[in-house]
Amino acid sequence: MQIELTVNGAPRSDEVEPRLLLVHYLRQRCGLRAANVGCDTTSCGACTVLVNGRSVKSCTMLAVQAAGQEITTAEGLAAGGEMHPVQQAFRQEHGLQCGFCTPGMIMQAAWLLADNPDPDEAEIRTGISGNLCRCTGYVNIVKAIQQAAGDMAAAAETQTGSPVAAG
Amino acid sequence: MSILGTRVIRTEDPRFLTSGGVYTADVEDEQLAGACHVHFVRSAVAHARITAIDISAALEAPGVIAVFTGADLDDLPVPAPMMAGMINAQMGQPLLARDVVRYVGEPVAVVVTEGRYQGEDAGDLVDVDYETLPPVIDMRTATDADAALLFPAAGTNVAATMGDASALAADLFDGCEVVVSRTIVNQRVAPAPMETRAAAAVWEPDGRLTAWIPNQGAQGTRSSLAGMLGIDEAALRVITPDVGGAFGAKFGADPEHGVVCWVARQLGRPARWTETRNENLVGMTHGRAQVQKVTIGGSRDGTVGAYRIEILQDSGAYPRFGAFLPFLTILMAPGPYAFPRAEAVATSVVTNTTPVGAYRGAGRPEATAAVERAMDLFAAEIGQDPGEVRRKNLLARFTEPHLTAFGALYDSGDYVAALDAALGAAGYSGLREEQVKRRAAGDVIQLGIGLASYVEITGAGAEAGGPRENASVEVHPDGSATILTGTSPHGQGHATVWAMLASEELGIPVDRITVKWGDTDLIPEGGGTGGSRSLQQGGVAVQQASRELLDVARERAAAMLEANPADLVFEPERSAFEVAGDPDAAVPLAKLATEERLVVRTVFIAPGATFPFGTHVAVVEVDTETGKVVLRRMVTVDDAGTVINPLLAEGQRHGGIAQGAAQALLEEVVYDADGNPLTATFADYPFLSATEVPSFELADMATPTSYNPLGVKGIGEAGTIGATPAVQNAIIDALAHLGVRHIDMPASPQRVWRALQEVPAGKDA
Repeated sequence: MQIELTVNGAPRSDEVEPRLLLVHYLRQRCGLRAANVGCDTTSCGACTVLVNGRSVKSCTMLAVQAAGQEITTAEGLAAGGEMHPVQQAFRQEHGLQCGFCTPGMIMQAAWLLADNPDPDEAEIRTGISGNLCRCTGYVNIVKAIQQAAGDMAAAAETQTGSPVAAG
Repeated sequence: MSILGTRVIRTEDPRFLTSGGVYTADVEDEQLAGACHVHFVRSAVAHARITAIDISAALEAPGVIAVFTGADLDDLPVPAPMMAGMINAQMGQPLLARDVVRYVGEPVAVVVTEGRYQGEDAGDLVDVDYETLPPVIDMRTATDADAALLFPAAGTNVAATMGDASALAADLFDGCEVVVSRTIVNQRVAPAPMETRAAAAVWEPDGRLTAWIPNQGAQGTRSSLAGMLGIDEAALRVITPDVGGAFGAKFGADPEHGVVCWVARQLGRPARWTETRNENLVGMTHGRAQVQKVTIGGSRDGTVGAYRIEILQDSGAYPRFGAFLPFLTILMAPGPYAFPRAEAVATSVVTNTTPVGAYRGAGRPEATAAVERAMDLFAAEIGQDPGEVRRKNLLARFTEPHLTAFGALYDSGDYVAALDAALGAAGYSGLREEQVKRRAAGDVIQLGIGLASYVEITGAGAEAGGPRENASVEVHPDGSATILTGTSPHGQGHATVWAMLASEELGIPVDRITVKWGDTDLIPEGGGTGGSRSLQQGGVAVQQASRELLDVARERAAAMLEANPADLVFEPERSAFEVAGDPDAAVPLAKLATEERLVVRTVFIAPGATFPFGTHVAVVEVDTETGKVVLRRMVTVDDAGTVINPLLAEGQRHGGIAQGAAQALLEEVVYDADGNPLTATFADYPFLSATEVPSFELADMATPTSYNPLGVKGIGEAGTIGATPAVQNAIIDALAHLGVRHIDMPASPQRVWRALQEVPAGKDA
């Protein structure tokens, strides 16, 4: 089947097998290998990407289902050569070790903060509970997301000159 | 100011965060162009004779290039089990099953295809006829008279024994006022690194093999592969791409890796394999899997007189490192305690289950779990506080090496201080007061406090002449530097820390130092990363190489400056030698590398293993009506000597604590009576998620070792060693007043609830 979609801001058109998973499309056809496959059951979240700004496990979606959608992967998260606040905070707080869950985890974190800019620890833990990490015990991932939330709020304040109104 | 001891953020992170790591499945190399895909057909039964394999339908399927079975691999030797002389030599595993399958998931055939999906399709068409044999699933039945033999030629299901079980002292507990005995299960768990196993292989026209494999040490993987393929190590290059976690389970090579290399040779075409999670959970080695009988005796004042542990180890179907695990459990059996008498024996048996191997801690968590449970059983029996009983029996502080009854030479220790620091950080007395209140009120949610004091062995190694590691350091004419190391990081952050160590000596900024590992052509020797050895051997080697490089540079600088070498001082701020008292007469290291390469390779030989120690305190809440356990706090003191980068050391502790707590709370590999795995996906295997643990509270303690100039010990496994028994003890402690003395792991609601129902009459509060 022919699909047309946008990947990291660039329009694409590809002929794909109907059963091709989105994650395999991204990895094999688009050469975007940040998203990883860590399980077969949509349990681990290593393949998490954004579809129209919402986090989706790309192993649970077919490439053909992504037709007409906007896909953002970890490769597309940084803007203008500068890492996204979530990426910066993960580095600052040592929120990654082996790095395998990381692209999915930061996409989930980015979506989590877009959805809830000021989450408490329990909300962060629930928000990333579909993304498994074997290395960090989640401690520094939680810290990194808290840090990113603070950094993003501060940046927004600087931009507008006043605290952002809730909602 | 020294960079050592500071929280340097990782140099390796940006690419992981932006483009992602380059794991084996991501490797792009022109040699791998047109690679075929290898798909394994695995046994669906636990124990059976293969009577026929029909590959005809699979051969007709789209994209199929070839199908191979065990019979096709008859040009390869059946590798003998590792640890020759210790493990029964009749129990080797062929790379693909021949005649008999011995566990669900054992590779039986491979389907080689153009595309990966085609392999999964065609694999289903391989028709294997099995004549089932009686399986041995529960290790406790493996030595029964009527148990089937996995290897009839061996005449036994015993893979190895350690110590003489028939010679246990009849009088070991004589004189003890109280003796408590209990059988406890240290259950089988899955290492489950996020990256599954994988391989890519190509044979070059000159007959040389290049293999990309996620591993914990390319050099060890090269040896394993060469043995499997019957080739000389020199004919093989192993490259280690980024590795997405290993936890002990990626040391060496597995049969599948050998098969992928063989397929590439057979077809004259590069071959690749990436396993699914389902394959990983049945095909990668599991960990732990011991049944332990502990007996502890002593006086009512809390002094332990004697301790015994009898270990039964499940090796799985083919003895791997798992069969050897009790050796380490026995070595560390008495832990940090000054028991006057102690005994330990072990038997490793084979069963029709996935082979057992190393998993973070590998034999030492099992030792700590046993003795820490025993201490609590003893404390409960005499009605004393578990903290007090520990304090009474811990070895007193020592600075000269202490030789245990089991032959372990503890380098240094201050166990009471670690206990006190942990109890202080946790607010232990306040927790006990809260517990008393809840007990008196009969709260549905009871509070449990669990302790685990531990000492472990790190950097043991098996090299003759002492554990060792090599490093080379080169300064380039542009002022940058390159380090080659025989260690093999897969999340630990060696690229940052090794650069810090060289930077400290050479004055070259960390971000101008490149660290390389994992290519046997570039670095032919190395011990890899495991057993928490890397910093204390590989890191120290980097420091040593940097210092030796300065010696070489000093001579060159002296010649250049026409000065006496002894009159030169090295100024790290300028990364230059200058004549003492004359800063204008100076030459930078970079300039000393222009005429001739400025490079030093060295080997650091350690006097022995080191013995980190600590105490973990777990606080849990247990719902006495439903059996649900919530881990509220983990407070730990982990003394691994000097800390070079606290940020990364904390990360190691966090990860280990989580894995250790996960074993106590959730994780278990389960088989049914026929040997069918019931936990073969992440939908079934209860892998710890973020909602099941709190943020951990780490207290600092650092007693430098004298065994290396950095004063460092290993930190990679402390978490799993201390956390598991601390959490388990906390859960039981929460219910101790109701008469509960023991609950096996994992503490599922069902198991906790059942323990409450089974409390003997009259013990209710």
